[in-house]
Amino acid sequence: MYRIQFIIEKEFRQIFRNKVLLRMMLAAPMMQLILLSLAANFEVKDLNIAVVDQDHTTYAQRLTGKFRFIGNFRFVGYLPAYKQAYRELQAGTVDLVMVVPGHFERDLTRDNKAQVQLMVNAIDGSKAGIALGYAQTILRDFNEAIRTEAMGVIPAGRVQIDVENQYWYNPQLDYKTFMVPGILFELLLIVGGMISALNIVREKEIGTQEQLNVTPIRKHEFILGKLTPFVVIGLVQFTMGLILGKLAFNIPVVGSPLLIYGFALLFLILCVGIGLLISTISETQQQAMFAVFFMMVLFILLSGLFSSTENMPQWAQYLNIINPLRYIIEAGRNVMLKGSTLQDMQIQFLSLSGMVIGVLALASFRYRKTV
Amino acid sequence: MDKAVSTDKLTKRFGDFVATNEITFDVAQGEIFGFLGANGAGKTTAIRMLCGLLKPTSGSATIAGFDVYRQTEQIKQVIGYMSQRFSLYEDLTVRENIRFYGGIYGLPKTELRRKADEIIQTLELGTVADKLVASLPLGWKQRLAFSVALVHDPRIVFLDEPTGGVDPITRRQFWDMIYEAANRGTTIFVTTHYMDEAEYCNRVSIMVDGRIKALDTPAAMKQAFGVDSMDGVFQILARGTSTK
Ligand SMILES: Nc1ncnc2c1ncn2[C@@H]1O[C@H](COP(=O)(O)OP(=O)(O)OP(=O)(O)O)[C@@H](O)[C@H]1O
Ligand SMILES: [Mg+2]
Repeated sequence: MYRIQFIIEKEFRQIFRNKVLLRMMLAAPMMQLILLSLAANFEVKDLNIAVVDQDHTTYAQRLTGKFRFIGNFRFVGYLPAYKQAYRELQAGTVDLVMVVPGHFERDLTRDNKAQVQLMVNAIDGSKAGIALGYAQTILRDFNEAIRTEAMGVIPAGRVQIDVENQYWYNPQLDYKTFMVPGILFELLLIVGGMISALNIVREKEIGTQEQLNVTPIRKHEFILGKLTPFVVIGLVQFTMGLILGKLAFNIPVVGSPLLIYGFALLFLILCVGIGLLISTISETQQQAMFAVFFMMVLFILLSGLFSSTENMPQWAQYLNIINPLRYIIEAGRNVMLKGSTLQDMQIQFLSLSGMVIGVLALASFRYRKTV
Repeated sequence: MDKAVSTDKLTKRFGDFVATNEITFDVAQGEIFGFLGANGAGKTTAIRMLCGLLKPTSGSATIAGFDVYRQTEQIKQVIGYMSQRFSLYEDLTVRENIRFYGGIYGLPKTELRRKADEIIQTLELGTVADKLVASLPLGWKQRLAFSVALVHDPRIVFLDEPTGGVDPITRRQFWDMIYEAANRGTTIFVTTHYMDEAEYCNRVSIMVDGRIKALDTPAAMKQAFGVDSMDGVFQILARGTSTK
């Protein structure tokens, strides 16, 4: 165990001497955190809305009016009929058309039930979804308003406006808040997995690994000494990320900071374990880089960080069972934003722990001092 | 048992290719043993097996009495190794390299400092002790690498072409260091391409295509082949031609 300190000391010296690497590990992730969080912002502003009013009643006008005073919408005017609405949507001059059919007011007062139709240009699927989501919220508000008014007039039953294009979305969600914890952990993959793998393979390439292998250093001493610095730097990076998230985006840590750090530590150990494993199957830094990228892209795409996992095919869902990034993002979001406890995050904790044990066992089995 | 190195039909195959073919020899303790051979003869492969870096395919060998199959970790305690590739960290200073390798060999901290001072003084590296190794000339680096390979006072040190690419004056200095180590009782196992260096060894073996073709003192070898230099012996054995 005495020897470990010399390896750790040497690694830190080399890391601090390599300014490019240091920047890659600390400054670059912070920039990525900011850029990705901003870029992955799904908030949609300035949606052009047009209305086809076939009812021409007070209610219809009041509903239309609702859209005029919501920040996300820009009311561009009335259109005479479907045909024009369709043409405008196709041309892209409007994003959303609301069709208020004839008898809207009559149906609403007589049957307590009416329909409006929303048409969106779905070329940009996520924008369309969000536009519908906003519109639906407005309709719900309107619904509430009439219901309260109608209480006196209409004694029984409920007033209800159906939206034909049912589409659920949560427009209230703040995407930055949602993204930051995910990106924070995703970035740990780079320090923990990539830099550590490249570091070990580099020693193979320059020949110092052979020199180390001829010393009486023990396997576990090498592994511990080599990987500890990357775990430490990963934790520093994580802390910087938390602070930056708080300062730049006001991302709270609702849950226990200890639990958050526990998860970060667990995940970092897993990452460096994966890095070590990759280093044992790579002879050159190029090979290691390729292996790391393959793994990272797979993890990130499947994790649901930038895209939703629900629409993925079944095999992808199965593959996701062994995707550590998915578990850590779930844990990170829930603990940071909702204040979940370890008990709530049992599945994530156990899955990650299992992977840590598996990966470290495999990596130390594969790591050989002889060839 | 008194042998520093002892091998019996030690063989390494890479697929169908036999890199080291049934080599059998002994090296006595305190001896300077020259391990000669042309490029690709199998010298590095043999050394790597002896150092416990490479598992032999067949045959047997012991280093200071330790078996190369089962006791590689014990072997590593008693040997030093200077590989054919430069093996110090270029991005660490002279002092840091000594401290690191000494630490890995488990030297206590006071001893580490003493060792570093001693090496820096002997090699006259005082002015560059805190400079990065990358900034040193090759000859200095090689001498430092040798000192680092001896940092834990090994009983046997394996030097794989330690003087490759180094100027004649530095080569001389290097051999002075080898003699000093040998005088202190360290067994030296050294490969080289320079035939003048072969003359400095107590005994030499000449390897050709994985086999040991000759093994004797330089004087006896020259006599047996009727030539007046080791280069002549080497020409006859390795290249199949005579210089005469
Ligand atoms: N890991 C390996 N796999 C396949 N062949 C190898 C391997 N290592 C060495 N060889 C081959 O074995 C032969 C002997 O190589 P070795 O490095 O032992 O030679 P050498 O005597 O040290 O040569 P040099 O003077 O160039 O250092 C060479 O032909 C080499 O290509
Ligand atoms: Mg060689």
